[in-house]
Amino acid sequence: MKNSTVDTHTLPAQWADDEPLLVVDDLYVEFQTRQGTVRAVNGVSYSVNAGETLAVLGESGSGKSVTAQAIMGILDMPPARIPRGQVRFRGTDLLKMPDDARSQIRGRRVSMIFQDALSALNPVFSVGWQIGEMFRVHRGMSKRDARKKAVELMDRVRIPAARDRLDDFPHQFSGGMRQRIMIAMAIALDPEILIADEPTTALDVTVQAQIMGLLAEIQRDSDMGLILITHDLGVVADVADKIAVMYGGRIVEEAPVHDLYRSPAHPYSKGLLESIPRVDLKGQELYAIKGMPPNLLEMPTGCAFHPRCPYRRANCETDVPPLHPVGSGRGSACHYWREVLDGGHS
Amino acid sequence: MTNATVTQEPAKHAKRVKAKKPASLWSDAWYDLRRNKIFLIGSALVLILILMAAFPSLFSPIDATKAATCDLAQARKGITSEHWFGTDNLGCDTYSRVIYGARVSIIVGIATGVITAVIGGGLGLLAGFYGRWTDVVLSRLAEMFFAIPVILGALLILAMIGRDKAGAWFVVMALAILAWPMILRIMRASVISAKSQDYVTAARALGAGPGRIMIRHILPNAITPVIVTATLNLGVFIAAEAGLSFLGVGVQPPEISWGLMIGDARNRFLEAPEPLIFPAVFLSITVLAFVMLGDAVRDALDPKLR
Amino acid sequence: MGRYVIRRLLQAIPVLLGTTFLIFATVYALPGDPIAALGGDRLLDPLLVARMRETFHLNDPLLVQYWYYISGVVTGDLGTTFRGVPVASFFQHKIQVTFNLAITALVFEAILGVLLGLYAALRRGRWQDQAILAFTLLLVSVPTLVSGFILQLVLGVKLKLNTGIDFFPVAGIQDGWRSYLVPGLVLAGLSVAYLARLTRTSLMETLRADYVRTAVAKGMPRRRVLGRHVLRNSLIPVITYLGADLGNLMGGAVITETIFNLPGVGQQLFQSVYLRENAVVVGIVTVLVLVYIVANLIVDLLYAVLDPRIRYD
Repeated sequence: MKNSTVDTHTLPAQWADDEPLLVVDDLYVEFQTRQGTVRAVNGVSYSVNAGETLAVLGESGSGKSVTAQAIMGILDMPPARIPRGQVRFRGTDLLKMPDDARSQIRGRRVSMIFQDALSALNPVFSVGWQIGEMFRVHRGMSKRDARKKAVELMDRVRIPAARDRLDDFPHQFSGGMRQRIMIAMAIALDPEILIADEPTTALDVTVQAQIMGLLAEIQRDSDMGLILITHDLGVVADVADKIAVMYGGRIVEEAPVHDLYRSPAHPYSKGLLESIPRVDLKGQELYAIKGMPPNLLEMPTGCAFHPRCPYRRANCETDVPPLHPVGSGRGSACHYWREVLDGGHS
Repeated sequence: MTNATVTQEPAKHAKRVKAKKPASLWSDAWYDLRRNKIFLIGSALVLILILMAAFPSLFSPIDATKAATCDLAQARKGITSEHWFGTDNLGCDTYSRVIYGARVSIIVGIATGVITAVIGGGLGLLAGFYGRWTDVVLSRLAEMFFAIPVILGALLILAMIGRDKAGAWFVVMALAILAWPMILRIMRASVISAKSQDYVTAARALGAGPGRIMIRHILPNAITPVIVTATLNLGVFIAAEAGLSFLGVGVQPPEISWGLMIGDARNRFLEAPEPLIFPAVFLSITVLAFVMLGDAVRDALDPKLR
Repeated sequence: MGRYVIRRLLQAIPVLLGTTFLIFATVYALPGDPIAALGGDRLLDPLLVARMRETFHLNDPLLVQYWYYISGVVTGDLGTTFRGVPVASFFQHKIQVTFNLAITALVFEAILGVLLGLYAALRRGRWQDQAILAFTLLLVSVPTLVSGFILQLVLGVKLKLNTGIDFFPVAGIQDGWRSYLVPGLVLAGLSVAYLARLTRTSLMETLRADYVRTAVAKGMPRRRVLGRHVLRNSLIPVITYLGADLGNLMGGAVITETIFNLPGVGQQLFQSVYLRENAVVVGIVTVLVLVYIVANLIVDLLYAVLDPRIRYD
């Protein structure tokens, strides 16, 4: 991490009024591997406000998780490198912060939950210990007080008989309960931003709904900004305010959730929507996007989506489309977004 | 890490997939080995040592097996132009004795390695494949032998056989009796995991008999860790032989063994270090050569173990 | 936990019986009359021989003889030699020497092995890592027999001659704990290499674990992530290896004891083999195997304490 002269222990009290709570600005992340440089994130920008839920949608390899890890500062560097971009939290660039100042923000003010809670929880410590650690380390609480706090949190995420289960170990809980423990740990210190990386992917459908409900409820009560990373469009419809669709390390479409559902402005999001099974279209063949996700080592030239795109023209293979403004708060990185928006099927 | 999907090396990945077809696993491994410096140095050393064991006269003008070549008047004379490595307590040329001593080490190392691999591997295959009582009996038996430290047990066996009869092949036998359970354990675990693979189920569904399944389908896929361990063990056996001969229960004079030479030279070690130092150096280099070979084979056959 | 302990204890019993029987059979099943051998070239009084055969149950089948023997061992009686000396008297003090040596080696192994392994893992891929790997290769390749004499020469003789430092005694046990330093280091050699490699692999695997990333995401300082979350997990296999190695070190001490002239059980075993004191030989090997089995048992129980996933299966 680079040294910085900015006093980062106290963040500036005010920042530009129009700037959202967390801003990712033109972020690039690449990995050095033996086969070459993998460009995982290529100029991603998005923002979240307090009380707002941003869903980041994309298939694996789209760069959505890497972006989140760059925000948290938990990328392994090397092999990862951030050649360009900013992650501004309350106006301060987190990427320029020294390590110790950053760990004051990590977990306290910006926290994260992961996909597979079984492997994300430490197997040799009790769940009470792991939740309580937040209070002991960040708040300097005594063991007893930290335990009390842990019970409160486990109650808050509705783990039955919390007091009795405090000394149990992660493997003794069910998948859904484990994810609740992850959530309890992440919201322990009332963070301003919570990043949830595929929080329900490893769970049963019924449990998925419970966890999403819990997250939405916590967010409503605490007015925090929520970044919900998922590959599943179905999960986000009810909870998200806006959606950023990622493909090949770029944002290809950004829109308020209902606008995107009603009329997608990028062929990829359109394809995603059409590949959701729908009751009213029962009997029809389910749509699937043709082709394979891009190889990050040999990204297609021009628009990364062009080999799979039904709207493809000659210039798609050479020109990278910028994010065209499509309406209020909307953008699409497609040269032919008007056609897509007009619903022209190919 | 979520970036695992992007940083994963396609080459390694391809190898894992190919592992189901033994031929390409071996050719892959061979490709890796030919480019591995450790392997090249190790195998060059091993080849020289094998040559030394088979044709010692190529390396030494003096036939160390002939007592007539020793001259008591020349005992402990230090390094001279005539005796490159000095002479020992009986005035024998240390250089030629060191060369002739390679044979016992190589025989014990390779023979014990092969015997334990065959016995331990065979029983491990049976235990893993048949399971149930075959497994219980063989595994418990192996555990009983496993609880006896190798040097201690070999010392006991060789002492009971008696010094008048002891020789290199008895050392091989004693070490093999104690070392096979380790191979059994490895083979058994490996077979159990290979047994549950889909292609074994498929072979069974197609009506292949147990013998054919075991030899054609399971063995080639389960044998890798056994080969790795057996190669690494060669050095262990060579060191054990030297230790047992040093203690006086292994190879007996007039046979020549590095351990025996070290034992003979130890009492006059301070005034005449050469007859102890040189066999010690050769012993270390030999063990090193086999360990290098084993390390390289492990890296080539199972990159995951690294 | 309780059920696991009981199951593990029960599993140890057949191994214990089987192993001691193997040793017993090796020593007594061989042809030749040990009583007749007592007299050397003289012919012994047949009446005396008959009485001795009776006392030592030599007329009974091997299994019955073993039964008498193992019943004695269970009650702490290792029997007597044919000359009537209690076997235990041969190594009461000597087992202490061997134990001291093994413990010294274990301390060296734990300190050097873990530190080298941790350092290599934290510097993985760089020259320090490569150097430590090469060093372990060297350690594995130099047998006790060689390292023993080299250190005896370098630390015991040359160091004294060249610098006047006389800190490392290299023969006998007259110098108290210092007597064990060099022999302990020699005995530890191979284990240091194995442990360093094990620690390195284990730590590198743990560093990649998801829960370590979680700890970082929780805002834990690097020191705490490494010291609490990584170390606790990666040391589980290391500690279990160390525990199991105590038995190996005691059983493998014979060569080291011979080189450094330490009056331990290894040396006694060696002498008794030559003097054909079979009862002593069986006694010593039995005790060392017992140590080995008990050490492994303790390690398995320790494993359950360290890794909660084992306890509740």
